[in-house]
Amino acid sequence: MANATIRKPRPKYLSLAALLFEIRLPLPGWVSILHRISGLLLFLAVLWLLFMLERSLASEAGFESMRRAASLPLVKIALLVLIWAYCHHFFAGIRFLFLDLDKGVDQATARLTSVMVLVASLALTAWLGAKLW
Amino acid sequence: MAGSEAVVERVVTGAHYGLRDWLAQRVTAAIMAVYSVILLVVLIGGVPITFAVWKDLFAQGWMRVATLLFAASLAWHAWVGMRDILMDYVKPTGVRLTLEVAVLLVIAGYLGWTIQILWR
Repeated sequence: MANATIRKPRPKYLSLAALLFEIRLPLPGWVSILHRISGLLLFLAVLWLLFMLERSLASEAGFESMRRAASLPLVKIALLVLIWAYCHHFFAGIRFLFLDLDKGVDQATARLTSVMVLVASLALTAWLGAKLW
Repeated sequence: MAGSEAVVERVVTGAHYGLRDWLAQRVTAAIMAVYSVILLVVLIGGVPITFAVWKDLFAQGWMRVATLLFAASLAWHAWVGMRDILMDYVKPTGVRLTLEVAVLLVIAGYLGWTIQILWR
């Protein structure tokens, strides 16, 4: 019965612990779902972005009020989230375009490019955040 | 049976069962990517952005047209993406159709507003 000890227990039942710590989404999966979430976020944020564009172009006072608003901590965080969403959607989208062309579909390359997308979008967000403030 | 047509069950709120939207999403993505890079270079590489610089930038004909192209690409791109999301998560036809119409109205509103801002 030595074999029985190394056999995984089956059936496996889903539990909160299993969902949180055992069953993990592979990195390409994270890139994919974050691409979708960032896309939804950006779609909703267009309302706010257009509002800011209109105010900033309307008058000098409007421009300055938008600049002042952008320095509030909460607004800064919101803008950083949107910048990240844009960067992630951008890089992940380019990765998907290559996948469409059957480039980088093997597991090792797919994982590598997933890491590249996640790192590049975070790095660009940090750089743009530093540039803006 | 030889020669029989493949039967596809078409749903009113389904996709167009074709290549067009898939392709449009990718072409519009490429247009927006180019615009993003150009805008980034203008904003980061140029002079500090004051109100005068900002207003001048959007007074240029090429910038207005480029931004309009971006907005039109975004509208089409977002429609395909939002519809994908609705098709994945919202199953009842009535609810899905309602939300799809809402998305279309929002997109039309966004586009109209963008044109209004650009050509004030």
